[in-house]
Amino acid sequence: MSHLSAETLGRARDLVALYPHRRSALIPLCHLAQEQDGWLRPEAMEEIAGLVGVTPAEVLGTASFYDMLHTEPVGTYVVAVCTNIACMLRGAYELLEHAEDHLGVRAGQTTADGVFTLEDAECLADCGRAPCLQVNHRFFGDVTPEGFETLVADLRRGALDGEVPHHGTLLRVRRTGGLQVEPSRVEAERAASAGAAAGRANQGGKG
Amino acid sequence: MADPVVTSHHGLASRVAPDAAPVTITIDGVPVEAAAGEFLIAAAERAGTFIPRFCYHPRMKPVGMCRMCLVEVSTPRGATLQPACYMAVAEGMEVVTTSEKVRKAQDGVLELLLVNHPLDCPVCDKGGECPLQDQVLAYGPGESRFLEEKRHWAKPIPISELVLLDRERCIQCGRCVRFAAEIAGEAQIDFLGRGDQTEVNIFEGASFSSVFSGNTVQICPVGALTATPYRFSARPWDLDQVESTCTTCALGCRVAVQSSANRATRMLGVDSDPVNQSWLCDKGRFGYESLNSGDRLVAPLRRRTPGGELEPVSWSEALSAVADRLGAIRGASGGSALAVLGGARLSNEDAYAWARLAKAVLGTDSVDAQLGDGLPAEVVLGLPRATVDEACAAPVVLLLSGDLREELPVLFLRLRGALEEGGTRLVELSSRATSLTPLAAASLAYRPGEAAATVAALAAGKGGPEGIDPAAWTAALSALEGAGPDGAGMVVVLGRPSLSEDGALVAEAAAAMASAWPGARFLPALRRGNVMGALDMGLAPGILPGRVSLAEGRAWFEEAWGPLPADRGRDCAGILRGAVEGSVEAIVLLGADPLGDFPDRALADEALEKVGFVVAVDAFLSPSAARADVVLPAAVHHERAGTTTNIEGRISRTAQKLVGPGQAWPDWMIASELAARLGTELPAGSVAELWDEIERLAPSHAGITRAALEAPGARDGIVAPLPASPVSLSRRGGPARIDPVATPGIESVERQGAPPRAGLAERSGVADDPAATTAGSVGRPRPLGWPQSVDPPHVGPLDNYSLRLVSGRHLYDEGVLLEVCPSLGALADRATARANPYDLDRLGLTTGGHVKVRSARGSLVLETVADAGVPRGVVTIGFNLGVAGEAGGTGGAAALIGAGEAVVDVRLESLSGRTTVPRTPAPKPTPTPAEEEGA
Repeated sequence: MSHLSAETLGRARDLVALYPHRRSALIPLCHLAQEQDGWLRPEAMEEIAGLVGVTPAEVLGTASFYDMLHTEPVGTYVVAVCTNIACMLRGAYELLEHAEDHLGVRAGQTTADGVFTLEDAECLADCGRAPCLQVNHRFFGDVTPEGFETLVADLRRGALDGEVPHHGTLLRVRRTGGLQVEPSRVEAERAASAGAAAGRANQGGKG
Repeated sequence: MADPVVTSHHGLASRVAPDAAPVTITIDGVPVEAAAGEFLIAAAERAGTFIPRFCYHPRMKPVGMCRMCLVEVSTPRGATLQPACYMAVAEGMEVVTTSEKVRKAQDGVLELLLVNHPLDCPVCDKGGECPLQDQVLAYGPGESRFLEEKRHWAKPIPISELVLLDRERCIQCGRCVRFAAEIAGEAQIDFLGRGDQTEVNIFEGASFSSVFSGNTVQICPVGALTATPYRFSARPWDLDQVESTCTTCALGCRVAVQSSANRATRMLGVDSDPVNQSWLCDKGRFGYESLNSGDRLVAPLRRRTPGGELEPVSWSEALSAVADRLGAIRGASGGSALAVLGGARLSNEDAYAWARLAKAVLGTDSVDAQLGDGLPAEVVLGLPRATVDEACAAPVVLLLSGDLREELPVLFLRLRGALEEGGTRLVELSSRATSLTPLAAASLAYRPGEAAATVAALAAGKGGPEGIDPAAWTAALSALEGAGPDGAGMVVVLGRPSLSEDGALVAEAAAAMASAWPGARFLPALRRGNVMGALDMGLAPGILPGRVSLAEGRAWFEEAWGPLPADRGRDCAGILRGAVEGSVEAIVLLGADPLGDFPDRALADEALEKVGFVVAVDAFLSPSAARADVVLPAAVHHERAGTTTNIEGRISRTAQKLVGPGQAWPDWMIASELAARLGTELPAGSVAELWDEIERLAPSHAGITRAALEAPGARDGIVAPLPASPVSLSRRGGPARIDPVATPGIESVERQGAPPRAGLAERSGVADDPAATTAGSVGRPRPLGWPQSVDPPHVGPLDNYSLRLVSGRHLYDEGVLLEVCPSLGALADRATARANPYDLDRLGLTTGGHVKVRSARGSLVLETVADAGVPRGVVTIGFNLGVAGEAGGTGGAAALIGAGEAVVDVRLESLSGRTTVPRTPAPKPTPTPAEEEGA
């Protein structure tokens, strides 16, 4: 019984077909599964392992390395508050503390209603608008404690639905053309790249 | 294409660019010769300079992760710190290993490694043999500037029945992770997380179920991975060890047997280059628990009255009872009414003594060590033999055997390594997907009974038979081209693919191979402990010691032994049938358990029921031994010295480390005492004298003297027969000492008192001209050659309602060994009926449901499993496995197999008893590529 839905599985197979080595599709497939479930469920990791020809331990090893892949359940909105130096100097610790009080959870936890997961993050590269935070990887800058409360309220009532998709959603506008590649073209490109690699090897280069 | 340095497997000189000219480098001012491409750390070690290391292991690819081996290497930009494990030597390279800069680097690395290490050495299994402990003592600053809290994990957590993980102790060298992925090919353990939260672990809810998991414990350079059976049982300085050979299967891995106070405490893999290269399977590694088992037989047992209980008696009473009864039967009905079953548990010397007792004293040729899961002895002994190294170096390996990971696990590792390296291509003939299928150039799914026809079609190079995937067929033909026209580039790994496919059918296929490819050599994949030694010593019908036939060797052996049986005796199935019919009146079981082990359980059961007298010589009261009239307790390997012979014909010494329990005797001594009581004294009075007699009489063993076997150069054993021209046993550049970090448990025990390990090799003796060494008037007989005549049984067609049964051995089965090992007992697999989804669907069966599997012989209720790796028209059921669920029972396919049948066809019936009617007619045999992929 497949844990991945028929649609997800179809997209997963398309992705696997794109790469010369099946395992190259590992991270894209983790994102797909996360889009389906909001986080990476063990069943999904096992299925991905089968699709790309690695072991479940290798999928978990890869997924647990990356911050954008969650191997534990998270809320609809993952709020990552930057506490790196620029934001810290502009009141990030106070902001995080306020966020904890306001949401009633500590950093790393999810609210009981499953809507918000709060994280403290290293530099998010929006120092010009410190203190900054991300909600599902969308930026919000110059966030004050009051601003945070407004943001939470807006998210709850759906005022930002157009701007902040639910956690795991890959793209607001689905790519339609990219994955539908003619199999013949994939084969041709693979052959060409294998030829090029062989050529490099013959010259004694590092392939 | 990758950089050659990175793809080199390890720093061993023998593996690196054998044809390249050596280079000269300077290490600490001393010129050193090294092989081109060799890693600096290995070159330095050979030259006597030890560079500290953790992640480097000579049998795995380097990763340069731990940074402990940093040394100064001259470059055009001046001397820089480089990891010696990752740096290939180059002409003129100047290396400094002791400078201030190097010392400072080592200090820094060790201080950082200890930041999170708990230093709980007093309660750590590794204490006393720990590379971290030793190297912290030898190198490093001695104190730490780190005052903060270390990270904490739950400790230890079980990651399998056998292995415990303590992540606090882990230094993240990645040896276990690399072993699992690179060597075993099952990446069940991996790095999780990132940065200071990095840990080694398994997938949540999974188990580290690899049958090679114990190797990770052996190579862990700290106490992060410990083994349940050994945990807290000893300290290395309390241990003593000998080097010996594992006899769990017939590959013969070299092991260090460690014990304390006459209890076996641990087995570690010794790095024997031609055989196991330091690896062991878990059954071999942890099977030592059987030696300490409280279930061992400690005194002879005898039923004093027919039908009475077995009760302990003295040796003299037991032996006299056996000798009187066997002698009486011999007198009344002739020797042919006596039979000896088994012998693969014995050492070569034991097997020889028993062969002589059976054939020259009891007067019977009905002797068979293979117990129905081997191949005809003439075929095994007559075919030109290959070594494991030759198989791994051959351009083409043709495989016709069971699943090697289940039957000869370390041979699987060796072949897997060769296939991964890319120089060898595998063509697999198998009735089901095996562990090697994913690595095979082509996997040809033949149906049992069709092996010879498939081989003939392959040899003809034409289109494939119906039922075999055409793409695989084309791939197989193209791969076979690499073997050359006469097959000189081919090694055939020949075993028993299925217990429900007559061995003669496999022999027929082997004959077809030998005639199609006269240059091909064969590596027998028989699995029983010392079965090859038993065959070499004549524990087979029609065979005399030294791989000669009864007819050819009669004159020679009658001169030494006295009269031999007139006719060729029966094989195992024949003996059991004879017992049922009444023509066999007594059976001696030599460590044999036909009730658990013989493919046709009903026949074994009936034979033991009807035969008048059963003697069991065994270490345990197996189900068969429990039905014997007299039970004689035997000492087993590691309790007696001797030699053993592996599938290559490699004879290696097994050492005595323990004293057998109670009154257990070595088997040869039992044979000798019985012979004396039957009126014939066997001349040899010790293991050494037995070997001398073997060397003198057995033609294939001529020249392999005790002195040659005991020479330091023979620690990897000697392959029999010796070639006609002199041979050097040494391997180039073999390590003169043990790498203390590669095999910490062995080195530390050795350092603390055990005898020093052998040094470099010498030349062995060579067989003289046969005629010259003939003592008497008769010339030395010629060993069996090829071709032998093979008379295959008839195989009928598969009807539309049936599936053809394939029954393979599992490593973890219900054999006695697992039963008496507390740590292994829980690992036994369960029997299921696995069939192609197409067939299940065709028969209207559901996966996970229960069916009655019925053969002409019997029936069995099993769970069904859909498995695309099983070809259409075939069902696989494991042998000697328990049956899960309500149905219960033991034996797996043993209930279905009839000993006389060439193949076994079964029907799957719904539990209401009706035969299921196929929805679609003929079983279309060709699987689709999608199925093959195992989607």
